[in-house]
Amino acid sequence: MAVKTYLQAISDALRDEMRRDKRVFVIGEDVGVYGGAFKVTKDFQQEFGPWRVIDAPLSETAIVGGCTGAAIMGMRPVAEMQFADFISCAWDQLVTVAAKQHYRAGTPVPIVVRLPSGGGFSGGPFHSQNPESSFAHIPGLKIACPATPADAKGLLLSAIEDPNPVLYFEHKHLYRRIKDEVPDERYTIPFGEARIHREGDDVTLVTWGAMVYTADEAAKQLEGELSVEIIDLRTIAPWDRETVLESVAKTSKALVLHEDTQTAGFGAEIMATIMEEAFEDLDAPVKRVTAPDTPVPFAPPLEKWFLPQVEDVVAGLKDLAEY
Amino acid sequence: MATQTAVDVVMPQMGVSVSEGTITKWLKAEGETIASDESLLEISTDKVDTEIPSPASGVLTQILVPEGETVEVGTKLAVISPEGGGEPVDEPPELATQEAAEESADASGAEGETRAAEKVEDAPAPPSPEPAETPAPAAPPEADGDGGGQVRAFVSPVVARIASEHGIDVGQIEGSGRGGRVTKKDILAFVEQGGAKTPAPEAPPAPAEPAAPQTPAEQPAQAVAAAQPPTGEVEPGAGETVEPMTPMRKGIAEHMRRSLDTSAHVTTTFEVDLSKVVAIRQKLKREYEERHGVKLTYLAFVARATLDAIAKWPWMNAEIRGESIVTKSYVNLGIAVALEGGKGLIVPVVKHAEEKNLLGLARAIQEIADRARNKKLMPDDVQGGTFTITNPGGFGAIHGTPIISQPQVAILDVEAMVKRPVVVQDDAGADVIAIRPMMNLCLAYDHRLIDGAYAAQFMRDLRSNLETWDESSY
Repeated sequence: MAVKTYLQAISDALRDEMRRDKRVFVIGEDVGVYGGAFKVTKDFQQEFGPWRVIDAPLSETAIVGGCTGAAIMGMRPVAEMQFADFISCAWDQLVTVAAKQHYRAGTPVPIVVRLPSGGGFSGGPFHSQNPESSFAHIPGLKIACPATPADAKGLLLSAIEDPNPVLYFEHKHLYRRIKDEVPDERYTIPFGEARIHREGDDVTLVTWGAMVYTADEAAKQLEGELSVEIIDLRTIAPWDRETVLESVAKTSKALVLHEDTQTAGFGAEIMATIMEEAFEDLDAPVKRVTAPDTPVPFAPPLEKWFLPQVEDVVAGLKDLAEY
Repeated sequence: MATQTAVDVVMPQMGVSVSEGTITKWLKAEGETIASDESLLEISTDKVDTEIPSPASGVLTQILVPEGETVEVGTKLAVISPEGGGEPVDEPPELATQEAAEESADASGAEGETRAAEKVEDAPAPPSPEPAETPAPAAPPEADGDGGGQVRAFVSPVVARIASEHGIDVGQIEGSGRGGRVTKKDILAFVEQGGAKTPAPEAPPAPAEPAAPQTPAEQPAQAVAAAQPPTGEVEPGAGETVEPMTPMRKGIAEHMRRSLDTSAHVTTTFEVDLSKVVAIRQKLKREYEERHGVKLTYLAFVARATLDAIAKWPWMNAEIRGESIVTKSYVNLGIAVALEGGKGLIVPVVKHAEEKNLLGLARAIQEIADRARNKKLMPDDVQGGTFTITNPGGFGAIHGTPIISQPQVAILDVEAMVKRPVVVQDDAGADVIAIRPMMNLCLAYDHRLIDGAYAAQFMRDLRSNLETWDESSY
């Protein structure tokens, strides 16, 4: 088993799958000659040629629309949005065409859209967002948000295999910071199966993506004082209600943490579900720690204020503990 | 009407919010004959004390609930059988009671409440159950079912669930959460220490918990014992005597506390010169008494003058409902009546008091006060008040800060009329000291709705109505 960065795990998994399955191809802005803005597809074009590693024009609509057509014809396209933020340009193709094609015509649309997302590097309002909740609202789309290198591989392969359109959010902050063991063999991780990142008895903390590490740090700081169970959802469409509800039944207190802004963020859905399904298990109101409802600021101090920090999570957990 | 079949006497619904009543006295013994509408028993609730008439003529064959016991509305109290009919044709009483309890446990809360409410509307008099009718499902126990226990912090859903699973009264657990809240950990520790078996000192009487499991095996024996009425639990110290609170006393206690917690009470006092009223009363008194059989009291004058002032200042007769101000076109005037020996206080209501002239108002007040003292009030008589007058002046009081009867927004305290030296102007416009019959009127109002200027102007007009009483217009 090799230790890989999160980025390397994605890159290797994608390369292996392209070697294994001739239907898989990649398309995106600068993914070919340049190897992608973050070098996820570095040297891919040399190995697979320009017809399987396609440099697309600057049109997200064309990229997703082209992928949808190719998928209907039997291909397994993997598109890259240079930044997750740009996906808004492809909204109509994804939401109106790809997500509803199977319902309308019975044809599967097995596309994967890779979405480098998240902030923490002064990318400002157009290069730092986490737009997963907008798409979680759309029936017909699946959404993965891996937090670890091993999950990045397993979830990407699941996404490619899946007959539905999948949005695969890869967090830019994790690309080169997170290194961990990744099994060498091919494996998939099913959607809708959360990972207990850390076991605990006092409070359930539900999160995903880069916030798993923020949560972990907060839990470490409270060690001995408060026993925190961290659930990494891995995928938010579908999401693992059972694991969350089981944990809440045990702890009776829950905190939802996400990097996205608060209003109608996916945390709201989790809170609503806990309230509906586990009301009689609750010993405190469900709490959330999120970014505020503003665009992501450029200035480093402002961005730090914007993004949920370890101390914000610690404060939230303490508040729940003291309730 | 003589009954052909056995008729059940049930605890009547004596007001929408009343869920139980106490049997204070059986006026007939088992075996005695009774006529329809003849008084059968006396009951006491937190709203009224009253006599219950017999629903049918026949023989009182069974008394099922002894004096002193508190039971839920709808509980079967007695059986009236046809004269000479011998044994009651009903099921054994235990079974019937059990069924009634189950029935009320089955009825959803909302349904129970609606039906209870309908019952009151349909039959404002103490309901005389029809022979064929099964007892109405009792209203669900009210949220304050802790039998007047201390106010506790919020009980979370999980704590409530664990408490009900183990038959625990959360009030007996020391809370470690915010504001002394009992947390899940607290209650689990309590259960682990065997706390669930401690008799709950504030547990409600058994009938107030229809949803509790009825199978003894499912409940710890002590918990069942704890569900007995809370009598004799407070041990008297040396030189002390202990008596349980009557339902009425509990009702007053709850209402007074809640009113102070709800309204922003402010009291303002006006001195009123009653010279003119005294003169007019002197003139009318005899005529009222001889021709109409009505005692003309100063209270009637004050009430009439108050109604006229309310017409100009309608918020005095309003209520705050949610975030809205609800003003009424009618005045249901509550008159606080003290019961003998400090046994309690009741506020019967004169409906549509604004329509009555001085004579009608005097008569209505007299009648309703008599009914209150003789326990003849009907549930309708104590409901729907929109403004209240209290009259401690009869005992010589000269100032008070009364508590508003919710959901009203004001209460007028009528003080004693006292002869005082006051400075007045003589015919020549010079200041002189005169002896005048003076009365203090104290108005407590809810500052959430009524500001000081509004209240003072209302009082100014009330004073003016009394000081410049126009005999011809009443």
